[in-house]
Amino acid sequence: MTPPRLQLSGVSCGYDRLAVLDDLSLTVNPGEFVSILGPSGAGKSTLFRMLTGALQPQSGTIFFDGAPLSQTARPFAFMPQRDALMPWRRIIDNATLGLEVQGMSRQAARSKVRPLFAEFGLAGFEEHYPAALSGGMRQRAALLRTVVQERPMLLLDEPFGALDALTRSRMQIWLSEMWRRHRWTVLLVTHDVREAVLLSDRIHLLSPRPARVIRDIDIDLPRPRFDGATVATAAALETDILKTLFQTEETF
Amino acid sequence: MTEPSSGTRARAPLRHAVRQYLPATMAFAALLGLWEAYARLSGIAPMTLPPPSQVLLSGWRNREGLWDNILPTLRATLFGFAFSLVTAFVLSVLVDFFQPLRRALFPLFIVSQTLPLVAIAPLIVLWFGFGLLPKILLVALVTFFPMLVALTEGYRSVPEEIEALLASMGAGKAKLFLLARLPSALPYFFAGLRISITYAVVGAIFAEYAGAAKGLGIYILNAKNNFRADLVLAAVVASAVLTLVLFGATLVIQRLAMPWARTGEGNRP
Repeated sequence: MTPPRLQLSGVSCGYDRLAVLDDLSLTVNPGEFVSILGPSGAGKSTLFRMLTGALQPQSGTIFFDGAPLSQTARPFAFMPQRDALMPWRRIIDNATLGLEVQGMSRQAARSKVRPLFAEFGLAGFEEHYPAALSGGMRQRAALLRTVVQERPMLLLDEPFGALDALTRSRMQIWLSEMWRRHRWTVLLVTHDVREAVLLSDRIHLLSPRPARVIRDIDIDLPRPRFDGATVATAAALETDILKTLFQTEETF
Repeated sequence: MTEPSSGTRARAPLRHAVRQYLPATMAFAALLGLWEAYARLSGIAPMTLPPPSQVLLSGWRNREGLWDNILPTLRATLFGFAFSLVTAFVLSVLVDFFQPLRRALFPLFIVSQTLPLVAIAPLIVLWFGFGLLPKILLVALVTFFPMLVALTEGYRSVPEEIEALLASMGAGKAKLFLLARLPSALPYFFAGLRISITYAVVGAIFAEYAGAAKGLGIYILNAKNNFRADLVLAAVVASAVLTLVLFGATLVIQRLAMPWARTGEGNRP
């Protein structure tokens, strides 16, 4: 059996005496879309900082493809909360940023990225600066910049949190379709219940600080989940998750 | 979702220009008109306060002498400013990479900005003679620190997400600087440039005033000693025009260096 892509066991982490993550365990298998869902400030960003090596866990283990994470060379492609597009770079040069950091020449990186623009709905905007693009387009460009790095796993940190509600819904549907085609291994952090249900194979519900996993939810609903037969089941699941979250907050 | 947002607004350029520049032009014309009327009607001696028309006329009659003295001032300004820019850039990079250097040097620079130019200019001339060098040094003294501050502030203006993103991609300090900190500093750099270029001309004239063979500063000193208020003012007009031309040049360079700012983002501050 192949080892899980990412496995956290009993991970705790904090700043000074403030515990942020408490005994956190979770598993992401290759080709899975896993979400971490919890209230704001529950330590979701701390988790990402730990995965990208900016923070060390105080206890517990993190394994990647069966080996300790610290022995693995940068396995994640990271998409931050806001798009973080560089205003001084054209869209195509923003998309190639990760490849350039890896040492690829600008010319080679551009010809590698250019064919992907159509699939990301950005055809014709290669030479535009980010300021000329709408919020949704900017977010798609940010995702393009993330996936072209061809890392074994994507980390998405509330990628649509800054968008208006309508654009956000469109982007969630779009991302779900993109994922069905590419089967990336994804860890998504979000506080949007609907987003988590729409996109994930599994959801880990986090409690408020210090964050523990209070519930694991496997979702084996067929995709797409935004129309057709699954809508009612998905909606019921959303309500159920919300109830759990609200109950946990009351007991704290 | 596939439409670009309206970043650029199309406006009738002529109406825009009129709206933009008409008030300033009118205020300027009114001031000159008042001055002209006062100088002619109040009975004040033209040697004390010449009317603007006479200033322009005298300037035109002495255009060759003025031009002869503008060029050395321009040369001192540009050389001094170039020296200042290179020094400020090199130091800004060093300070960005070695923070202790910042704590060691910045107090020194701040003190250097408190020195009164009137006292320093003659001393620098005394030490370095009447050539180009003291002018370069004085221009650098007044422009160096604002440029250094603009650059170091600019480096620090990189949004946290962009730094986190580059770190997640495995960028080291050098790549972070080249890919994010340096380009982020450009708007700050140009803001500093616009302020400094006006100081630079004043600094050059001050240096010449303290002692020079040629230049607008020495021209002003000579005109004053000959009781030619009209020529003093003509030289002042010439230096103002020089400053405005240099200021305009920085705007053109900024437009060329920051094409993305034309779409409306990234031109803060």
